[in-house]
Parts: sequence; structure tokens; C-alpha cells
Amino acid sequence: MKVEKIEFSVLSPEMIKNMAVAKITKTELYDQEGYPIEGGLMDPRLGVIDPGVRCRTCGGSVGECYGHFGYLELTRPVIHVHYSKIIFAFLKMFCRKCLRILIDTKDLEKIKGKRLSFKDFVTMAKKKCPYCGTEQKKLKLIKPYTFIEGTETLTPSTIRERLEKISEEDLNLIGLKIRPEWLVITLLPIPPVTVRPSITLETGERSEDDLTHKLVDIVRINDRLKENIDLGAPDFIIEDLWELLQYHIATYFDNELTGVPPARHRSGRILKTLSQRLKTKEGRFRGNLAGKRVNFSARTVISPDPKIDVDEVGVPMVIAKELTVPVRVNEGNIESIKKLVLNGSDTWPGANYVIRPDGRRKKITELNKEEIANEIAPGYIVERHLQNNDIVLFNRQPSLHRMSLMGHRVKVMPFKTFRLNLSATTPYNADFDGDEMNLHVPQTEEAKVEIENLLMVPKHIRSPRFSGPIIGAVRDHITGLYLLTKDDTRLSREEFTQLVRAVDSKIELPDKDSLSGKEVFSLFLPKDLSIEFKSSSGDLVVIENGRLVKGVIDKVAVGAESGKLINKIEKIYGGEFTKRFIYIISKLAIEFLMQMGFSISISDQDLSEVARREIKEIIEKIRKDVDEINMQYMRGELKLLVGRSPKETLNHMIKNILRNGLNDVQKVLEKYIKDNSTLAMVKSGARGSLVNLVQTAAMVGQEMVMGERIERGYYQRTFPHFKKGTVSLEATGFVSRGFKDGITPFEFFFDAINSRESLMDKSLKTRHSGYMERRLVGALQDLKVEYDGTVRDSANRIIQFLAGEDGLDPSKIEKVGIDVRTIANRL
Amino acid sequence: MSEQLQTDFELPTKLVEEVEEISREMKLNKEKLMEEVRKAYQQGRFEPGESIGIIAAQSISEPSTQMTMRTYHFAGIAGIKVTYGLPRLIEIFDAKKEPETPMMTIYLKKEYNNANDAAKLAENLVERKVLNLTKKISLNLNENSIEFEVTDKRKVDLICKVVKDNLKNVSVRAKEDKIIIVVKTEDVRELQKLKEKVLDLQIDGVRGIRNAIVRKEGEDWIINTIGTNLRDTLNIKEVDERRTYTNDIHETLAVFGIEAARNIIIREALKTMQEQALDVDIRYVMLAADIMTFGGDVSSIGRYGVAGAKTSILSRAAFEETIKHLVRASIRNEVDNLQGIFENVMIGQVVPAGTGMFELIVRPEE
Repeated sequence: MKVEKIEFSVLSPEMIKNMAVAKITKTELYDQEGYPIEGGLMDPRLGVIDPGVRCRTCGGSVGECYGHFGYLELTRPVIHVHYSKIIFAFLKMFCRKCLRILIDTKDLEKIKGKRLSFKDFVTMAKKKCPYCGTEQKKLKLIKPYTFIEGTETLTPSTIRERLEKISEEDLNLIGLKIRPEWLVITLLPIPPVTVRPSITLETGERSEDDLTHKLVDIVRINDRLKENIDLGAPDFIIEDLWELLQYHIATYFDNELTGVPPARHRSGRILKTLSQRLKTKEGRFRGNLAGKRVNFSARTVISPDPKIDVDEVGVPMVIAKELTVPVRVNEGNIESIKKLVLNGSDTWPGANYVIRPDGRRKKITELNKEEIANEIAPGYIVERHLQNNDIVLFNRQPSLHRMSLMGHRVKVMPFKTFRLNLSATTPYNADFDGDEMNLHVPQTEEAKVEIENLLMVPKHIRSPRFSGPIIGAVRDHITGLYLLTKDDTRLSREEFTQLVRAVDSKIELPDKDSLSGKEVFSLFLPKDLSIEFKSSSGDLVVIENGRLVKGVIDKVAVGAESGKLINKIEKIYGGEFTKRFIYIISKLAIEFLMQMGFSISISDQDLSEVARREIKEIIEKIRKDVDEINMQYMRGELKLLVGRSPKETLNHMIKNILRNGLNDVQKVLEKYIKDNSTLAMVKSGARGSLVNLVQTAAMVGQEMVMGERIERGYYQRTFPHFKKGTVSLEATGFVSRGFKDGITPFEFFFDAINSRESLMDKSLKTRHSGYMERRLVGALQDLKVEYDGTVRDSANRIIQFLAGEDGLDPSKIEKVGIDVRTIANRL
Repeated sequence: MSEQLQTDFELPTKLVEEVEEISREMKLNKEKLMEEVRKAYQQGRFEPGESIGIIAAQSISEPSTQMTMRTYHFAGIAGIKVTYGLPRLIEIFDAKKEPETPMMTIYLKKEYNNANDAAKLAENLVERKVLNLTKKISLNLNENSIEFEVTDKRKVDLICKVVKDNLKNVSVRAKEDKIIIVVKTEDVRELQKLKEKVLDLQIDGVRGIRNAIVRKEGEDWIINTIGTNLRDTLNIKEVDERRTYTNDIHETLAVFGIEAARNIIIREALKTMQEQALDVDIRYVMLAADIMTFGGDVSSIGRYGVAGAKTSILSRAAFEETIKHLVRASIRNEVDNLQGIFENVMIGQVVPAGTGMFELIVRPEE
């Protein structure tokens, strides 16, 4: 069965009465014994919320009975706040006396067949009725629900009377399918108790839902109003009560109305009424309907495991025993399933539940497991523990792109964390500083097949965003391969055997006394692969028929989000092979590093006396240049840049000097720093940059805030320790020392200013880009590619005639698109 | 059936042309090459049902988390202050009426494509008001007149003319570098107001252009302007109207039409992301630009634009302004046909995209 459409409308009083099962008349909820009163707001006919009780209307128990509406007859009608603007429009559109539309026949002829909004009709409305000649009075709506005509206040009753008189003909004209008087409430539907369940506290006390509280107020005031009218109370009392009833019903619909004090709970807490239940992120729509909670899921901390495969996930034993997969018993599997049942729920691999053919569920316990094992027969469903190679979904929030949720194969392991291969961290953007991830177990064959065919990790190596591999070698993998494939790396027979066998036990080893690192790497390349590209240092890397002939393997070759080599392999050999390749080369890299030993040290950043002197000279030169410019500026001799004020020109030039100075320092560093582990990481692109090195070893450089040198703080100076108007570099955020040598207190504070800016920037950024994503998704979510290659939205409107203008899916092609020349070369 | 589906498509013309060119060049069998290219093309095609919209949205916004929030940077050596990074990207998708830093990039016609003409034009482009050309302004209350001294004597006549043309009930006379405007009113406040009005009068240049900087890019001399006025700029004879553009989407729409506006959206969005070294496939940016412009007008991505104009009530209610959409739907007796993604998620049905787009395909003969 499928829901085909949902129609929205306004309830008429008749409908309210027809769908109601109870008329609410009493203000009390429970009698002395604590049973709900018939005719009260917790009337037993409105549904059940207590277990064990049957519904008085339908006989269902909790869960079966969704509840039934009641109704309350209002003593006097009131305005529905959400419709007050529309009612206002109607009042202005129709004559106050004859209630015909205030547009003469001539104008009506003009607008025939056109679709106009209510607003258009209001603007067209004449001041004087073209039919009965009545002069229209000035109408005013005092939000949220008071109407004033001329000097008089219109009561909801008069408004309703007027709206009743509007003819069907005129309603058709303005395109209204409902009766306008329904917008003024006479009968109030009372929602079923299941919508507003009361909770019984430990003390036995009942605590009612906010909606019930509000409804009690409404019923009480309604009652009072009735009494007073019956007693013939003075008009002002009745008007006051009426106004109060209006207030309560208005806040019942929406408790965040402007100009109306929100209704509060006895404790002073603002009540959550109907609108508040629907609105906002936690409301019904975004919180419950768009985002659903699920069973068969697990969440825990993740930790790295370089030895499990890229598309595997290590699942803790405790979790594997809790999560289950339903298996239908048949003749082929009955024996193995019996074994699982006999293992029970505490021994892995076991089973937790059996579902009999009649749908009854039974928990497997130590006591009944044998009995159940004997009982099961084809047709039974057994919920068995998660086992190795089961397919699961793995996810890390924030789920920014589709690679944030991928299919993995289970590997049950000891301890309590999910284990993840390091290459799989990039698509999830995960690290292991305490990140947690979620795991979901598919419960149907359809779901499982869909995951296997669409969601598994190998199918997502190529990112749709930039048509390149998003999975590849990371960090140490890159360093390791870089060091392995460097020109001067040679391994003795013992060494390379050790290394290769640690990665692959089957591969054939060449009969040689020693191998170069490049040769070792080549062992794992496909034999027919040829590719040429430039490495990150700009040198040519050549692979010919599966042999690395020239160049080193670095980030550009195998790194995640860049990997030229991985890109090529994925294109030629497919995802599954690439996954294997990434796994093997990363293991190779790690094994190599373990054999050779690899660690970094602060002494990596030691500089020789010569280098220090050179850097000092550069800093002196920067100082001198800046002083010179400052002098020029003060003398007014500065040559101005086009469209810039002298001050701006000055700052621009100083920033240039500083930038060039830092570059010079970097050059010195490159010249003098010895080849060491830290540099190997930088050069291979594994981690860190030359800028990081410069900042630790030589100097931090200019601290910037909002793209300018720091000039703020105290009046005309950055710190009270400087003279007012000081323009020296030291006083404007220039840090001339490196982190290793240590920085001065002033420099430290300048650095802190900068850090604070980037911190705030970051938190602001996540908010803004998060909202942008929501809006983009909101605008684009219904677009899909149809069988004819067009892109259409949910209303079947064509957005693009050919998806992407050439019909090519970026996640299936290389960045360059379809390279005819390469194909031609192959022919 | 499936065989037929696979061959039932046309290669994009660009590919066909390329095949023809290369087969001629390399003396290859055209048919054979075409067949191979078709195969490669077939493998790279979008699959029917692909939720291209969601992938586009993700591809654009996922890297935007890595963008800078800093609002300005100085483009080029000359350095014009430009909004960039995330704020600029948001501005583009918001389809803001005016960009925060409006800018034109002016190319010159071949015969004027040199440093001299470019510099001259740049100078003439900048809008100058009376204010920018005067040094001293005073009110003469005895004679009810405004007097001001002009910096450039050659402009005196021009200013007089402009003032005469634009103001009523005044008499204007010039005395060397002084211009005296006699007003017929006695009210001092009126006089003050008039003074402001005079100072704001445009004398020469193009309205709205606050600065112009010349720069060389490859062979071309380019003028970058702060402030934009495409219509008037295009009327200048030196300007190459084929290449000159502005970063103002709405202005482009008004001057060149919707296709040009779409191109500007694509160009600006891509440029903004590439400046930050972020790599996003152009196809997704095109899709975002298409959804913004396919109605013939530029609408923003957000509650007042594309997302607010969706047909599904539930989808709109779930996006933003829940109550407003529900109330509207009820009064108009609207129907939600549950054709979209969100609606079906809400009522717990299979979404009509991807593998949920069809029910089941059975081939009984096999």
C-alpha cells in the first residue's frame, strides 16, 4: 500500500463534530480515585496511554489505538490566530454590508481567467461598494487577533456572521475552496490523549503534558464565560472573559506570538504548544519526520588498525553479540543455524532471538536454547550475531558528502573500539583523537544487496566532487614509500625478503642479491601499467610496464585526494583492485619504516651558525627596509599606489617586505637544513610544510589580524609597554624568533591574538557553511537524472536537458573527461 | 531491451568533432575510434535515477568548510578589495541584489588594446561629482548663493552647464575658478539642501564607478573597476563588449539576459572556489546555476528562492517557516503529491530516486 497524496484543508465544524468521539464539558481531569472523568479532557474514549487498558472507542491497547478526537463547543467564537491575516484580507475584499466582492463588473471582466493572489484582490477593492453603494470603513488589524473597523472593535461573532454571508460565487472568483467562516473557531477539536500523554512520576503523581494544561485553561475559561452569560453578567465582564478565551486559544495554537505574553506553566516555564511542536530543528518536521531514529546500530570510539583491509571495520565482540542479522532457516542452513542457537546469546557466534512462522518472537536464553534448537525448522527466522564478512554501514558525522556513509565488511575483534584502516579515514575525515563512529546492520536482503552494489568502500574511491581518488595513502604511508623509492635506497636480499613477505606471502621474489627500493615497489604494480607524471618536487616519475623506472613515489602519486597513480589504477583496473593496491602499498610503507626505523626529533630543526647568521641578516634587512619606508611615509615622500591612501600604501608595502623576507628565510633554511626525517615528511607531502619548519626553526613572521598587521589594542599602541605612536615592527606584531628558540612575551601575545582570530573564524565558518549546505540541499534535493538523460525536479520540470551538459558522471570518469587521444593511441 | 537502452544515445558534439579531428590527424579508422569512444562514453554516463542534485549540493558545500571567512582580500598586484571565500560564495547563491564589492572586468577592442588607451580610458571611467572637483565651498547668506572654487579651471564651463541643466530656479555664473550659484530662496535650510544636491551632481565618468585600475593579462590590457555600470560602459567605443563582464548577477541579467546571468553565476562560483585551491567539478556548479535561473529569472537558493518555490508542501514546511507553509496550504486546499525525496522520507516510503525509482524489472523469457 502506498500513500499517493496528502491534501491540506481547513476543518469545518461539521467535520470536527463527525470525527469526534466525545464532547468535552468538564474541567476536571480525574475523579477522586484517580480515574479519568468522562467528558473531561482525559476522557477514556479519546484513546489509551496506560498499558493494560483497552480503548473505550476501538478496543485497541497501547500501540494499537492511535487515539480519537473529541470536541469542545466554544461559548463564543474566536479567531484562529494563524488565519487572522487572511480573515483581514477577506474583510477588506468584501463589502461590509452586502458582502459582495468590492470589484465592479468592469474590473472583473479584466481579470477573468487570471490567477491572482488574495493581495491582488485587496488592492483592487473599491472604497465604495459597486453593488449596494455602501461606503467602506477603514479596517485595521492589531496583531495578532484584534480587528478594528473605523473606531469600533469587530468581535469574532460579527466577523463570522459577515464571512458566512459571502456567496459561493464570489469565493470561486477568488479561488477559495473552503468556507471563510471556518477560520473563526466555534468548535475546537480536542486532540487524542495519545498526542498529549501524561506521565506518572515515581511518587505516583501524574504530570500532564503542556497541551493538556493549555486545554484545561481553555475549557475552564469557556465554562466561566458560559456561566457569566447565563447569569446575565455585565458586558465588560463578558468581554474580558471572551478576550481571555481568545488569548488561551491563540496561545494554544502558537505560544510565540508577538505582542502577546506567552502562556506559562505554574513553575514559570513557557509552555510548548502546537506550533512549537512542529517548528525548529527539534520539532516534529525536522526532528522526527525528516530524521528518524533506528535500531540495529552501534556507536563507539574508533582506533586505527593498519592490518585490516580498507573496506573492513573491526567490530568489538560485545557489539557483535548485541547486533543481529535475521536469517531465514531453510534446509541448506538449518544445521549451521542450530549450532548458532545452541551457542546461545552469550557465546559468539550465537543468536539472540528466534521468530516463529506465526510472528512470535522468542529470546534465546541459556535455559531454552536446546529446546529452541530442536524446535526450529524451515520458515523460522533466527536473529544471529554479527559475523565476519557481514555487510554493514559505517558513518561519521558530520555527514558532509556521500562518502561519509559507506559499506564495510565486519571483522569481529576483541576490545571495545571500532577498528578502521588508516586509508579509510580521509573520506570520513576521521582521526583517532577520540572520534566516534556509527555502524548500522542492514536487516533485509534488499538493503544488503544495495549496500554491496552501491555503497562499498571500493566503489567510492573516486570522489564525484573532483573526479579523483579520495582514498589513498596517508601520513606514514607516504613517508615510507618516499623513503623506499628514493634513488639511493637499496635492500639486501635478507631485507627485501623480510619486507615483501611481510606484505605478501605469495609474490614471486626476484633471484637477486639486492634490490633497489624502486624495484621492490615495482613488485606490487600491475604488470601492464605505464604512466608518467610530475612528482611534488616537479621531477618526472616514470612507470613503464609495471616498473618504476624513474622518480619517487610521494603524495602526488599515491596520496589521498591527489594520487595520480591511484587515479590511473582505479580507471584501468577498477575499485576492488585499487582497494587491494592501496592496502598493499600502505602495508609495504609501514613495514619498511618499521625495518628501517623512523622517528623525528627537535634536533632535526637545528640550524648551523652560518644559517643563523644569514637569517639574522635577513631580519636586520627587513627592519631596515621597513624603517626606511616608515621614514618615507612620515616625510610624505611615499609614492602612492593607485586608489590607495598613504596609510594603505604604507601597509601594503610593509607587508610585501615581510612576505619577501619570510621567503628569503625559507630559502636559507632549504639551503642549510640537512636531509632528515622531518624534511622527508615535508618533501614527500606526508605532513608538515616548509612554513612550519621556518616557524619552528627560524622565525614565526608577521602576525596578522583581519589581513592587517596588528595595530589595535591601546590608544595609538598595541601594548602599554610601547611609546604611543610606535611604528616599529616589534610593536605591530612581528615575531622575529622561532618557536624552538622561544618567543618574547609581546610576541606571545601577538600570536595569541592571531590564534583567537582563527579560532573564532573556524567556529563561524562551520555555522555558515552548514547553513549553506542545508539551503543547497533544500534547493537541489529533488533533482535526479531520468532515463532520457535529463535532469528533472519532483514536479517533472526539466532543469537540464543533458545531465552535466555532457551526460558524464564525474565519479565515473577521469578529470580530463573522455580523452579521445589516449583511446586513439591505444588503438 | 537492455541492449537497446545502451546504444540509444548520442555522443556530445564536442566528442564527435574530436573523434573526427583526431582520426584525420592520426590516420585512424574513424568508425573504430568512434566505437571505442562510445564505449568509454557509455561507461562514464550518469545512471538513471542518480540523485544528481544532492551530490551537487554536497560537492559544493563539503569543501566550503575549508574556506576562509575573512571577507576581503586584495586581488592582483594593484590590489582591489574583493569579497572572497565563503562569504562571496554565499553571496552568489543568495543572489544578492548587489554584490558587496561590485566589480567590472573591462576588455578593450583590438585597436585600443594598449597601455596608453587603457590608462586614458581608466581615468575617464571613474565617476566624478562636483564634490570631487571643488576645493572650497561656502554659502553666501547675504546674496543667497553658493560659492565654490574648482580645482581644474578647464572644467568650470562643464560644471556650470551641468548645474544649469539639473537645477531649476537658479542662476549660475562663473568667475575664473569660482562658480557662484544664486538661489531664489530665503531659507537657509533650503540652501544647505541645495548645496548637497549640487555637490552630488555627476560631471563626467561613468556613474557608479569609484575606481579603475589597469592591468596586463597575457596579451590583453584589462581595466578592473570598483563599482559597476555595465550598460553605460558597454557604450564606450573602446570597450570590447564581447568580453567585458561584471560580477553583479542581477546587472548581467538586466543587460545581457538570463543565459549570461547563469554564466556569471558559474564563473564567479568556480572562481571563488578555485582561489582557495578547492576543486569542484563544473557540472555541479552548472546545476546549481541552472536551478537558480531555469525559471527565466535569477532566484536565490534559500527560503525566498528555489527552496521556497518547491511544489511539495511537506518539503517546504520541513525546510523553513513550517507554520507559514502549512497555513497557506490549508487555506488554498493544496495537495502534496509526494513526488519528492523529503516527502517520502517523512511518511516512511521508498524515495523515488536511485534504486527506488522503479518497482521491479522481470524478464520472464530468461
